[in-house]
Order: sequence, then structure tokens, then C-alpha cells
Amino acid sequence: MRRLNSPGEVEKFRREILSARNPAEPCISVCAGTGCLASGAMEVLEAFKAELDRQGLKTRVDVKGSGCPGFCERGPVVVVFPEEICYLQVAAGDVPEIVARTIGEKKVVERLLYVDPATGGRAVRESDIPFYRNQTRNLLCSNVRIDSKKIEDYVAAGGYSALAKALSGMTPVQVLDEVRKSNLRGRGGAGFPTGEKWKGSRNAPDPVKYVIVNADEGDPGAFMDRALLEGNPHSVLEGLIIGAYCVGSREGYVYVRQEYPLAVENVNLAIRQAGECGFLGKDILGSGFDFEVKVHKGAGAFVCGESTALMTALEGRPGEPRPKYVRSNIKGLWNRPSVLNNVETWANVPLIINNGADWFAKIGTRTSTGTKIFSLVGKINNTGLVEVPMGIRLRDIIYGIGGGIPGGKKFKAVQTGGPSGGCIPGELLDLEVGFDELTKAGSMMGSGGMIVMDEDTCMVDVARYFIEFLTDESCGKCVPCREGLRQMHRILADITKGRGKEGDLEILEELSETAVEASLCALGKSAPNPFLSTLRHFRNEYEAHIREKRCPALSCKDLISYWVDPGKCRGCMSCLRKCPAGAIDGGKKKIHIISQEKCTRCGTCMDACPSKYGAVTKISGRPVPPPVPEENRAIAGKSSEE
Amino acid sequence: MQENRIDDVLAAFRGKQGSLIPILQKVQERLGFLSGESISFISKALRISESEIFGVASFYAQFRFTKPGEHCVKVCLGTACHVRGGALIMDAMERELGVPAGGTTPDFKFTLERVACFGSCALAPVIVTDKKVHGSMTPAKAKDILDQYRRRQG
Ligand SMILES: Cc1cc2nc3c(=O)[nH]c(=O)nc-3n(C[C@H](O)[C@H](O)[C@H](O)COP(=O)(O)O)c2cc1C
Repeated sequence: MRRLNSPGEVEKFRREILSARNPAEPCISVCAGTGCLASGAMEVLEAFKAELDRQGLKTRVDVKGSGCPGFCERGPVVVVFPEEICYLQVAAGDVPEIVARTIGEKKVVERLLYVDPATGGRAVRESDIPFYRNQTRNLLCSNVRIDSKKIEDYVAAGGYSALAKALSGMTPVQVLDEVRKSNLRGRGGAGFPTGEKWKGSRNAPDPVKYVIVNADEGDPGAFMDRALLEGNPHSVLEGLIIGAYCVGSREGYVYVRQEYPLAVENVNLAIRQAGECGFLGKDILGSGFDFEVKVHKGAGAFVCGESTALMTALEGRPGEPRPKYVRSNIKGLWNRPSVLNNVETWANVPLIINNGADWFAKIGTRTSTGTKIFSLVGKINNTGLVEVPMGIRLRDIIYGIGGGIPGGKKFKAVQTGGPSGGCIPGELLDLEVGFDELTKAGSMMGSGGMIVMDEDTCMVDVARYFIEFLTDESCGKCVPCREGLRQMHRILADITKGRGKEGDLEILEELSETAVEASLCALGKSAPNPFLSTLRHFRNEYEAHIREKRCPALSCKDLISYWVDPGKCRGCMSCLRKCPAGAIDGGKKKIHIISQEKCTRCGTCMDACPSKYGAVTKISGRPVPPPVPEENRAIAGKSSEE
Repeated sequence: MQENRIDDVLAAFRGKQGSLIPILQKVQERLGFLSGESISFISKALRISESEIFGVASFYAQFRFTKPGEHCVKVCLGTACHVRGGALIMDAMERELGVPAGGTTPDFKFTLERVACFGSCALAPVIVTDKKVHGSMTPAKAKDILDQYRRRQG
């Protein structure tokens, strides 16, 4: 790698990289993000290399492992350039056909294309697939074109041109003005205006300042920061370097959770390459500005995503938050002014510098500008990462992009904002997605988790789940959070187990109020949200659990029983064979009976029962009918085994 | 003696501020867990009391103080996995291995752990065995994966 010594050399370097490439020559890009790797992308990538080698095409066709394009559920995703043909769920066995047909004959392999479930039509290119078509992918668009391990790919796509622009033609104050004018708000949770935070640090008199990337991504159910850091680490670094130049920092940190090993690997590699090219280190691009970055692996504690706790953890201590009498942009890491921003916030900075604040502010709404990446998961047809302009309606995300709820089930709620957020019911689907709008609806933007729930999801259990998570993750420093959440969890768990009592909801509300008022940090202050929002929108479910010992969603294990409907059972023995607990009695042409004592309520029998019979059902709130007497268990007619 | 297995780790961080957590991570990477012996060694080298080191280490979910099994089975219980039945997978694993989450089988073949989120939410529910991510799990599929590990050990 060669070192670039002036901002002008960045563009020269880019031209050189491009001129060495022939845009008409094919390039095969295999997603090498964590999701696709889990589905076998590495084998696919190796198979392409081997096949091209075998066919003597190695020099004519480029193969790369790319960043995550977001459609993880249909992975491994393969895109063939220049035509941008998009193949989904590709297996190593499909590779010879793709090479022969698509590379060789320039034809499409129909069976690997996306099929629209509504129309049955096939989509050839990524941009034809509704999941992608209805997004605005300013941040994620590069992922699929970039080999996340190669800085040349990032530069070829225009990377580091924003840094060059800032260092050659803009003073730090001009950079600050641009970011402030863009109205960029933090993507990590609270939506604090980024420019204001930077300004505070910039104006602080201390000469030693830090800039930090928050890649702790503690929200269980969110993975956009992982995708950005894994797939396009240089975009985050470039933003960080520009931020450091703006506030006058010479040292930065990337705090990544250790559960993301690939992100750690890719960002470390990116830092090394950026150093070799002169984007990091001493005298960056010959400007006299010095800046270095270190990676810290978070050791697993949700609360460490909170700004003050993260800084304490960086200092090598237990990550406990501290009161914010003085904000961390004035006194943060080692008591120095420290700018902490989320991964996605940093990744937006190069776009703002390159395209201008006005361009950015035009996207989205007046108070929430730009795009936001959501991780759309749970009970939804198209799960994955979706980047949309702020202000889009929830309905357009869930139905337009997500393709609605699978299995013909009914939508119940969407949970946003992570453990501190809340559940939004169907009546509010026309809500515009923005920081203030979501807060008003009793939830919040958070970092962008969006978990869709259908009629089978129990809202009491969802509240219990989040409160349990937060009880575990409470650092224990302050009482309302440490003790209050523990009590809340105990009561909620009792309710889901059929031990709820009248008065429980009032106690829960009281405990919530105390936690909201008196906790030290936002973890405790917002912890009751999942309870409060589900109570507000789904009180009837709480009441059914408490009064009738019934779980309307048929989900709480202690309140349901599995039962074989004797009228529907055909004696095929499918359930009996699969039951892991040996709880089913039956035989060929004999009505099956589930022993309620032995049953562990894992639901395997229900999945095993052929859908044409649908004999296994769940019962809640009433007793299981008595078993069929032995003499009546024979099923007349032909055995329907197999 | 464990000391000579970790003294290079300590040497690499000498004199750097905020290095306790990276040191503990490196030591655990090498030994598989933080033994009492290694903590007392770090304590002497860094001049931090053992109780303080234990205080830091026990705060974070990553650190272990007992010897783990040969294979680590992690069941994700993040929100996306929870909504798609992650708890049933955990039940099945606990039943199969005969140990609760956090436990190690008596033959030290498997350690079972729960994890808050791997960020593979689109594939929920997810389990991770050693470093491999397995998506769209059912109790039956998860059991098959365990069986593969068992067979490999023959
Ligand atoms: C309990 C808790 C956990 C948090 N976890 C994260 C996280 O994982 N990632 C993140 O970027 N912000 C997280 N935050 C928000 C941070 O405190 C902080 O607001 C954010 O990193 C600032 O960056 P931004 O302005 O770019 O959003 C968390 C906050 C709390 C209270």
C-alpha cells in the first residue's frame, strides 16, 4: 500500500484503481457478512474461486466477499456485476451453473432469482426486489460493491474523498457548521444533535480530547451497526477522522462488543490499511493533523453502551454509569472532553461533508433528517436491514418493505427502541417514524431495532422478557433499578405462570414510576417502558392472565396445554415419533394422547402433525378434555401413515 | 506453571493505561478461563488487588472463572430469537446436555451459555457452537447439531 501525502492524491489514487479495472468485466460479489456466512457463504465463495480457476477465468472475473446488503434471511446473497443480477439462497452446488450460464452465456439462472410472493414474478436485479426498491440506501448501498477487507474498494467507490475535502478546503469550524446545519441527530438512542455535542467538545479548553465510536450495539434484536462496521468499516473511520479534525482530537477509540468477532477483525484491518495510506497516523494527507485509533473489545455488558459507562469501561473498570452533572463531551474519558457517537452517526458524516448539509437535511423530516437503518426482524416475511428516509410510515416499512406477516397471521405490534423502547399497536401503523413521533407513542427510536410481533406473541411475556434482560444487565449501582426491576420481574413472571393477583398491575405501575424518577442512568429510567407501553395498549392481555389464568396468544408455557383432537387424529404417529419427551401414547390407527404430566410444552408435536390433519391444538384458560377411553381409540379406515 | 504462559501478555501491555480488560481478555483467550492463579499473577504484575480484578472481571459477562468444556454451545435469547421461540431451543439444550445455562457437562465436553444477541437476528432463532452460527433453529435441529459433535468425538 502506498502512502498518500496530500488531499489531491486521494482522487489520483482512485483514478488509478479504476483505470486498472474494466467495468465491463464481470465481478461476482458474495455477501460475507455474519448472516450469510452462517448460511454457508464461505463455501460459496470458495466454490466460485475454484470453478473460475478450473474454467481458466480467474484473471477475467473478479470474485469478492462483500459487506452485508441486509437481506440476511435469503442468504447467501450473490450479486453478479455489471448486470447486477441478484441470486438468493445460493449453495456451493449452484456455482458451476452460475459460472456457465451467467458468466459464460450472459444468461440468468431463473431458479435463483427472487420470486415475488404476491405476483409470482421474478426480479433479476437487486433494485427490482420490493425489499430493496422501497428503501433509500445512502449508507448501505456501498456494502455489496465493497470487499470490506480492501481499502482500494472503498476508495474506488469515492471513499476518503470527504476527508480530503475537509482537510484541503475546510476549517474545523466549517466542518462543524456543516454538521450542525445538517441537523444530524445521534443514531444510538437519544437522538442528541451531533453538531451540538461536537461544539461542546471543540470549545472545551482541555487540549487533550477523545473521539469514540459506540459499536456496543447492546440492543438485542438490532444489527445495523454490525453490518456497517463489518461491511464498510472505512466509512465509519472516515467519519471519525473528520470528527477528530473538527473537535481537535488526536486519539480515538472504537468500542466493539466481543460478540462481533468479524466486526473486530475488519475494523482492525481497516485501521491498519488506513494508516498505511496516510489516512491515519502522523501528518494525515500532509495536512499536519495527527490522529490514531484503537479498538477496545467490550466484554459483554449492556449498560456499557451508555456513554459514561462505556468510558469507565475503556478506563479498565466495571462499566457503571455516573451522574451527568457535567456532560461527557466536556469531561469524559479520563476526565477529558470526549465525543461519543454511534456507528451509524459517524458513517453519516462523510456523506454530509461530500454532499452538503442541505442535501442531507432535505431527506427525512424537519426534526429528523437523513435516513435511518432499521433491523426489521421477528414475525415478518422479509427480515433484514432496511434503510429508509425518516418520516416514512411504519406501515410502509412493515408491509411495503417487509412484505407483511408470514403464515397469514395477524399483526399485533411492533417493538422499537430496544429494551428501553415500547410496543406500538396496529392502530398506530400510520405513525411517521421520527425521534419525537416514536417517543410520543410511548416508544422510542433507540438504535433502530424493529421487532414485529403477531397474534402468537404474548405481550405480557414480551414485557417480562425485557424486564428480565434489564434486571440481568442492571449494573447494581442504584437501588430503584437494581431492586425495583428485580421485583417487577418477579411479579411479571408470576403473571405469566398463572400466579398473578389482583393489585399486581398497580404495584408494577408504582415500581415503574420510582425507577423512571429515581434511577441514575437511562437504563433504569427507561426500563419500565416495555411494561408501561404494553399495559397501555394491551391491558386486556394482562387481565386475562391474572383473572382467567389464560394466555390469549397461547404462548405462556405454564398456561397452555397441548391436546390431540380425537376427531382429527388419523393415527399417523408423526407426533409420537418426534416428541422429545416421550409424552405421547398412540400407535398405528390409534388416537394419540398427550400425557399432560410428561409434556414439556415444546410444541414439536404441533409442528410434526401434518397440516392436512391439524389435530394438535393448544388450550388455555380451560381444562384439557379427558382422554378418550381405551376402547374408543381405534381409528376406522385405511391407515394414513406416510 | 501458568505464569510463563501469560507473562508475554502482560509484557505487551506494560505501562499502558486502561489495559486491565484487554489483559483479562487475552489471558482468557489463552487459558480458556480466568484461574485464581492467573488473577493473582496479574494482580502482582499490575499492582492492582485481586479483589479489584475480580470485581472488574465478574462485572462482565465474557469472563469465566471455571474451566469450560471442549465445545461451547451458545443459545441466543435476543428479542428476535425470543419472539421466534429461542426459549424452546434453550429448554431443549438444557434437557439434552443435562446442565442449566452457564453449566458444563461433567465430562467437560460441552459448556452451555445464553447470549443476549449475536446480531444474526434475521436468522432467528440462532445458536452458536464454538464459532459457527446456525440459523432457523428448532429443538430437533439443535439436537442434531449436538449429535454431530458427539459423533465426531466417537
Ligand atoms: C443502557 C444504555 C445502553 C446503550 N447502548 C447503546 C449502544 O449499544 N450503542 C449506541 O450507539 N448507543 C447506546 N446507548 C446510547 C448512548 O448512551 C449514547 O447516547 C450514544 O452512543 C451517543 O451517540 P449518538 O449521539 O451518535 O447516538 C445506550 C444508552 C443506554 C442508557
